[in-house]
Amino acid sequence: MITIEPEKIHKALSDLRAEGYDFLRSLTGMDWGEEGLGVVYHLEKTTTGENKVIKTITANRENPELPSVCDLWKAAEFNEREAYDFFGIHFIGHPDMRRLYLREDWVGHPFRKDYDDSLNPLRMTNEEPDDVTHHYEELPDGSVIEKRDVLFDEDEYIINIGPQHPATHGVLRFRVSLEGEIIKKLDVHCGYIHRGVEKMCESLTYPQTLALTDRLDYLGAHQNRHALCMCIEKAMGIEVSDRVQYIRTIMDELQRIDSHLLFFSCLCMDLGALTAFFYGFRDREKILDIFEATTGGRLIQNYNTIGGVQYDIAPDFVQKVKEFIAYLRPMLKEYHEVFTGNVIAHGRLDGVGILSREDAISFGATGGTGRASGWACDVRKRHPYAMYGKVDFKEIVRTEGDCFARYMVRMEEILESMHIIEQLIDNIPEGPFQEKTKAIIKVPEGSYYAAVEGSRGEFGVFLESRGDKHPYRLKFRSTGLPLVSIMETVCRGAKIADLIAIGGTVDYVVPDIDR
Amino acid sequence: MFDFSIVTQWIHSLLTSFLPEEVAVFIECLAIGVCILLAYAIIAIIMIFMERKVCAAFQCRLGPMRVGPWGTIQVFADVFKMLIKEIIAIRHSDKFLYNLAPYIVILASIMAFSCLPFSKGMEVLDFNVGIFFLTAASSIGVVGILLAGWSSNNKYSLIGAMRSGAQMISYELSMGLSLLTIIVLTDTMQLSEIVERQADGWFIFKGHIPAFIAFVIYLIAGNAEVNRGPFDLPEAESELTAGYHTEYSGMHFGLFYVAEFVNLFIIAGVAATIFLGGWMPLHINGLDGFNTVMDYIPGFVWFFGKAFFVVWILMWFKWTFPRLRIDQILTLEWKYLVPIGLLNLLLMVIIVVFDLHF
Repeated sequence: MITIEPEKIHKALSDLRAEGYDFLRSLTGMDWGEEGLGVVYHLEKTTTGENKVIKTITANRENPELPSVCDLWKAAEFNEREAYDFFGIHFIGHPDMRRLYLREDWVGHPFRKDYDDSLNPLRMTNEEPDDVTHHYEELPDGSVIEKRDVLFDEDEYIINIGPQHPATHGVLRFRVSLEGEIIKKLDVHCGYIHRGVEKMCESLTYPQTLALTDRLDYLGAHQNRHALCMCIEKAMGIEVSDRVQYIRTIMDELQRIDSHLLFFSCLCMDLGALTAFFYGFRDREKILDIFEATTGGRLIQNYNTIGGVQYDIAPDFVQKVKEFIAYLRPMLKEYHEVFTGNVIAHGRLDGVGILSREDAISFGATGGTGRASGWACDVRKRHPYAMYGKVDFKEIVRTEGDCFARYMVRMEEILESMHIIEQLIDNIPEGPFQEKTKAIIKVPEGSYYAAVEGSRGEFGVFLESRGDKHPYRLKFRSTGLPLVSIMETVCRGAKIADLIAIGGTVDYVVPDIDR
Repeated sequence: MFDFSIVTQWIHSLLTSFLPEEVAVFIECLAIGVCILLAYAIIAIIMIFMERKVCAAFQCRLGPMRVGPWGTIQVFADVFKMLIKEIIAIRHSDKFLYNLAPYIVILASIMAFSCLPFSKGMEVLDFNVGIFFLTAASSIGVVGILLAGWSSNNKYSLIGAMRSGAQMISYELSMGLSLLTIIVLTDTMQLSEIVERQADGWFIFKGHIPAFIAFVIYLIAGNAEVNRGPFDLPEAESELTAGYHTEYSGMHFGLFYVAEFVNLFIIAGVAATIFLGGWMPLHINGLDGFNTVMDYIPGFVWFFGKAFFVVWILMWFKWTFPRLRIDQILTLEWKYLVPIGLLNLLLMVIIVVFDLHF
């Protein structure tokens, strides 16, 4: 990790950007206590896969100011708003310095170590919609001024899509300015299911933090937990057995199929094809049964542990998985017959909501969304973990970047996932399913980052430890936050019905955005 | 074949035997009004039950099963629930129009419903411009929908109503064109007369190619007229929650709901009457024995059989296709269906002029 002064950080980062570090993996706000507040940047060169971690600290706790990197990576836009919300760092040059998750009338910044909880009692009033935002600008003489901007004019026709809306798949809210049916402007409001998971983790022991990861992206519960376990194991130097690696890989892939089947179902429902919706759910049920037999949970499995998994696989696990794969292949053909080939489905998805490759990288929109835009961003290929380095599978990449490409990428990934499982399922080696760990787990001092390919993109865990039994700071690189941040770019000029199709194919899960 | 007019004649003569003519007619009108409303309600209930069961079958489900045998009482229970629910008055809505809208929709629907010839001699409204009246009456419904969307003071409702207006007014055109195609063939607009002319073969067979094209266009346009999938954008639940009737509750919502289902039946009933012979049994020229056997099946069985067959086809559409987008709907109508309909009309004129039909 390289530390750079706040005065030089923008110059240093733009040099790196020019050098080819075009993917901002993660931007983490930090409170180092006495040393001050700051930001950690995880950068990657998409051409070579090289990584760099940069940090910057400002000692000014009263009025911390850092330059914004929005102009270098669009992904910074939402992440800096998050850092402002949680740590109160003002990013100079950021066009829209509002809180991202918390209410505008929130007092203080909760992730600071000196935050006083009693300042924010439960408010029983509604938050008034505010059409004004502000940004900080640096004048030539070095002083910083605050300027106000208007988001929506008074005479604009604005409708709220969400927080309670059938097509947002949860409590996400878009404020959409319309001209007839055409979307002129779109403003994302997050935070309706913000639970402060990262903050909660700071007061929990490591095994306790695991339970919260399942509740982020509930359709990638297994993968999220895998990432955190991997990060802690990496930090503590625990080697898990091959058996565990096999089980984790198979479970991850089953989870991916589960998530993609749900994606198919919900997309069909959003587009009004309710029959296909039921087909998808019928088949997904079988995966949940498999999960239930081994882990005891259907949606939230609580399966991975530090150094292994909770239980050994169920006696009929292997047979059930094989039966399921044999069952699913003809069903996938049926899906394509009932939905993919339909002329109306093509009309609704083809050429709608095009995301260019540059934008996908700049926003950090990983997963199926990025791969549909021609960006080979699969963590399983970029930084192989578990068994992925040893199995043979294809990374599905399409170049169109439209809704149909995003849909097809996921449908084809189901096949690849089945292919991976088939290679592993017959030769799960014998061995312990849980390594022996100490009763109280303490992670050595340092900062660690681990990432897995979640169901909808790169899910990363950034852990800063001070050698305690609690993490000092635990940041989850959400898969969904970059995905909602592309919505404004992609939806502008589209119709309301397209917004639904785009939202469906981008496939965000709201608890993962809000954390 | 049993002629229902015998019964009506008998009732008329019975009443006039002890009542003055005017009073007798008044009583008859009342009785018919009650009968129409009853039939309307019963059809609505059958349609809702059918929709649930058909959709369940397409989706590998069973549908309602708990209330009554095979869930048959479910719809009655739903109607009862709807009747006892509160009709919520929305603040800042236009109260008068808001309360009026569902009645306009149901009125249009009932007027169109009364035009259907259910069986031989069983027509309520039957005069020489029957089809004209039917299309005119059914198109009043769009006014109710626009009013509902406007007066609710809800942005979703307004978008739904605007979509609905654009869609229904457009599709009325190709519906009219396809009906006109058959009128060219029959040279009458009286519904009972149209059915009588199909005694020697239904129009879909007699008019062969243009009649079949008109039938397909009619089904598409009719489906769009009643705002059902894949044309259900005015109430697209994943986009606009419930579209123009988002703010309605209780029986006001119930009226929209019922009208939608009976409108579907009316579309199917008109399709059955115009293209598939209405209550007229299947007759094949030259097979007198077969024709006689067919005549033993009562006319209303033929009519309802055909109508529900068309309803089933339309439900099949709905539960198979995804929803179109507003520009795609208008493109389909103005760039494809209307030109095809016009050419088809021309083709039918040529066929009639040169006597090429059966």
